[in-house]
Amino acid sequence: MDAIMLQEKLVERLLCPRVRTARQKEKQYVGFATLPNQVHRKSVKKGFDFTLMVAGESGMGKSTLVNSLFLTDLYKDRKLLNAEERINQTVEIIKHTVDIEEKGVKLKLTIVDTPGFGDAVNNNECWKPITDYIDQQFEQYFRDESGLNRKNIQDNRVHCCLYFIPPFGHGLRPVDVEFMKALHEKVNIIPLIAKADCLTPNEIKKLKDRIREEIDKFGIKVYQFPECDSDEDEEFKQLDKELKECTPFAVIGSNTVVEARGQRVRGRLYPWGIVEVENQSHCDFVKLRNMLIRSHMHDLKDVTCDVHYENYRAQCIQEMTSKLAQDNRMESPIPILPLSTPDVETEKLIKMKDEELKRMQEMLNKMQQQMHDKDQ
Amino acid sequence: MSEAVVPDNMMSPAVGGLYGEKAGGPVVDFSYVGIDAILEQMRRKAMKQGFELNIMVVGQSGLGKSTLMNTLFKSKVSRKSVLATGQEKIPKTIEIKSISHDIEEKGVRMKLTVIDTPGFGDQINNENCWQPIMKFINDQYEAYLQEEININRKKRIPDSRVHCCIYFIPPTGHSLRPLDVEFMRRLSKVVNIVPVIAKADTLTLEERDFFKKKIREDLRANGIDVYPQKEFDEDTEDRMINEKIREMIPFAVVGSDQEYQVNGRRLLGRKTKWGTIEVENIAHCEFAYLRDLLIRTHMQNIKDITSSIHYEMYRVRRLNENNTVVAHANGIPEHHLAAHEM
Repeated sequence: MDAIMLQEKLVERLLCPRVRTARQKEKQYVGFATLPNQVHRKSVKKGFDFTLMVAGESGMGKSTLVNSLFLTDLYKDRKLLNAEERINQTVEIIKHTVDIEEKGVKLKLTIVDTPGFGDAVNNNECWKPITDYIDQQFEQYFRDESGLNRKNIQDNRVHCCLYFIPPFGHGLRPVDVEFMKALHEKVNIIPLIAKADCLTPNEIKKLKDRIREEIDKFGIKVYQFPECDSDEDEEFKQLDKELKECTPFAVIGSNTVVEARGQRVRGRLYPWGIVEVENQSHCDFVKLRNMLIRSHMHDLKDVTCDVHYENYRAQCIQEMTSKLAQDNRMESPIPILPLSTPDVETEKLIKMKDEELKRMQEMLNKMQQQMHDKDQ
Repeated sequence: MSEAVVPDNMMSPAVGGLYGEKAGGPVVDFSYVGIDAILEQMRRKAMKQGFELNIMVVGQSGLGKSTLMNTLFKSKVSRKSVLATGQEKIPKTIEIKSISHDIEEKGVRMKLTVIDTPGFGDQINNENCWQPIMKFINDQYEAYLQEEININRKKRIPDSRVHCCIYFIPPTGHSLRPLDVEFMRRLSKVVNIVPVIAKADTLTLEERDFFKKKIREDLRANGIDVYPQKEFDEDTEDRMINEKIREMIPFAVVGSDQEYQVNGRRLLGRKTKWGTIEVENIAHCEFAYLRDLLIRTHMQNIKDITSSIHYEMYRVRRLNENNTVVAHANGIPEHHLAAHEM
C-alpha cells in the first residue's frame, strides 16, 4: 500500500514541479519501491502458467482432488477401463490443459496424468515413462533456450508432482520409495495421503509419523517449504510452522456439493455423517490448496527452474563436453546442441553465426586491449 | 437320507395301531412311525460333537484383515471370547497363523478357526505372490488325505481344511485390479471364496453400489466363481436364497475392535470427526450380513462344498498323480488324466 501511495506522490511531483517546497523531505526517495508494482502489472497482463503432475495407483482419488483444487471438471469424458482391459495396460502420460481466470489474473494450468502407474501385477520400472517424460520436457526447454529464437519459449516443464500414497498400508511401500527416489531430483515431489476419510484422527497421525520417518530413512528429498524471513509477522510464522508439521497432507476430494450445517459445501455424504472437504478439522485439503496455489506456487516454479532444471542442464552439458572431448573436436565457446535432424540449411546458418560470433569476440578482445593500452 | 415312507394303508382304524390305545375311538395318527425323530437324535449328537469352521482371510497389506478377525470374535457371535490384546493398532502380520476359539451358544459348541495371512502385493513385482497361500491350502488337503488313506484311521479326522476364504478387495471404487483377478482366479479353483470390500467407510452409498456392480461384472467376465457357486444350488429354494446373496456380493465391510458409546449403548465402531461408524449397523456397513452368512445360515453348506467338491478334486488329482507313476511304468498315456491348473 505504501508503494502505491508513494507512486502517486511521485507522479504528482512530476506533473506539478512548482509545488516543491512541501516535498523537500521527499527528495531522498528515488522511487524504485514501485518496482514490485510494475512487475505485478506486467505479469498480470502476461498471465501465469503452471504444470502439475499427479501420480499414484488408480482409484486413489487423483482426478477428484484435482477437480476440487481448481474447481473445474477436467475429467468429464474419461472412460474407466474394466479389469480385463487393465491387465494389458501400460503406463501412459496424458495432459489436460485448462485456462482459468480469477480477478483478472489468468492461469494456464496443465495437469499431467499418469494412468496405469502401479496397477499391474509386475510393476518393475513402471516409473520409467514418467521420468522419461520429465526429462523430455527439460530437454525441449534446453534446446529452446540455446536456440536462436527465444521470444516465445513454451515452458512445459513439470513444476510439481503430487504423489498419492494409499491410506490402507502401514507406511510407504517399495513402489512408493522407488518412485520417489527416481523423481526427487527431477521434480518437486509433494507426498499426499489419499482418501483420508477412511482413517480416524489417531490413525492419520500415526501414518504421518511413519511416513515422515521412512522418508528420512530412505533419503527422499521431497519439496521443502522455504524458511520464513525473520521479519515476517508472528501469525505468518505460526502458519508456516503448522504447515510444515502437517506434511504429508491427508486429503479428501469431492465432486459433489452437499448440505451440511445449513450451508452448501463440497463434501461426501455417508450414512454416519458428512465429510466436508474444506473443513480443517476433517482433512488437510485447505492447507494443501493454500500452499499449492496461494502461497507457494511461485516458489515451486522457482525451485524447478533454479534447482531441478539447472541440475539437468549441468548434467547434459557435462555429457556433451565429454563426448566432444572424445571426438577430439575444438570446443566452441557456446555449447551447440547436436540437432536431432541436422538440416543442411540450418547447419550452414549455424556455421555462419558461429564465425560471426568468433569475429565479434576477437573485436571485443582488440577493443579491450586498446583501452588497456590507453589507460597505461 | 432316503425318503421316509409313510405307511398309510397299513392299519384300519378299527384295529389298534402301533400307538393307538382305543379301538374304534377318534382317529389317532396310527401311521406315524417316528422316523422324523432322527432329526432330534442328530441334533443332540451334533451338539455333543460341536462344529468346526476354518476361515482364512486373504488380501493386500493394510486392508484390515486382522482387525476383521477380532471384530468377528468380538461381535455378537461371542462376546465372551474376547482377545486380550490391549493394543490400539494391530501390528503387521508376517506369517500365516491360525487362531482358534471355542464358542458356545445355547448349548451348541463351535470351534472357529481363523487363519490370518500376511498381506501380499507389497512388492514391486508381485508375480506368484499367491503361491504361499495356495501351498498352505493344499497342505491342509494333503494332511486330511494322509489321515484318510491311513490304515488305522482316527474316529474323527481333525479337519484343518480351509472351508472358506474371505478375499479383501481394496476400495478403489473403479474396478478389480489385475492382481486381484489373478489371485481370485487361482483361489476359486481350490477353495470357496467370499469377496468383501475392505475399509468400506471410504465409499459413499452410490459409489458402493457402482463398485459392486463393476466387481460382479469383472468376476463374471473372468470366469471367477465365488461362493455361493451357481452350479451347486440344489433346489429352487436354495437358488432363491442364494440369488439374494449373489446380488449383495461383495459385502462392504468395516472392521473395528474398539467400542464406543453411541446412544447410550456400547457398540463396536470407528470414531471420526464427522460421525461414528457402527460396525454392526446394517445401514452403515454389511459386516452383519457377512457374519450371518458365514456362521448362522451357510456354515454347513460351506463345509459340504469344501469336503465334497474341492477336497474331492484335490484327492482325484493326487491319486492320479500316483497313478501316473504307475502308468508310466505300464506305458499308459497320461493325456486322459485330468490335468488341473495350479
